[in-house]
Amino acid sequence: MGNPLDSLTGTVISGLILTVVMVLLTNMIAS
Amino acid sequence: MEFGMEYWTFIVRWLHVLSGVMWIGLLWYFNFVQTPTVPTIPDELKPAIPKHIMPVALFWFRWAALSTLVWGLVLAWMNGYLGDALAIGLTSGAARDASIGFGMWMGVIMAFNVWFIIWPNQQKVIGLVEASDEEKPKAARTAALASRTNTMLSIPMMYSMVSAQNLY
Repeated sequence: MGNPLDSLTGTVISGLILTVVMVLLTNMIAS
Repeated sequence: MEFGMEYWTFIVRWLHVLSGVMWIGLLWYFNFVQTPTVPTIPDELKPAIPKHIMPVALFWFRWAALSTLVWGLVLAWMNGYLGDALAIGLTSGAARDASIGFGMWMGVIMAFNVWFIIWPNQQKVIGLVEASDEEKPKAARTAALASRTNTMLSIPMMYSMVSAQNLY
């Protein structure tokens, strides 16, 4: 598997995955 | 309407958003428009990008990045949550501090990338700084990856900024 940042689609999907991870971490910190 | 602290906090937020739109707008222009289009430009027109467009675009890009960061930090300080946000809410246990904190740290990383990775490498690519023919492709690759990293980070960063103000 190549670097996801080599494609625009891979970059956006990585950003969306990071968003989900961030929301989960935010909820963990707040609870 | 009174021109008290609340109003000046709003003015700082306005300056932060204005700068941020300029910064992320240019970042998305580079990644969504310019980079994918360059290979389709006829060879005789290609020099216009490094000679005419990039120096101006990179000027507004890097100063907007710094301005966004500075006004953002001032805003957090004026609102009294700078410390708790930088600690991503671990000190306060507040979702708002955690959310804005993640966004702030992503913004800090992105501004660092602009000034210390993208800009020095782009200067080599567009010929503002001398570089050998071997160095240039390497510099272009490093700048491109840092720019893509910032595009990736802009997605959760924007979520955190907007959610801190509207969800929590």
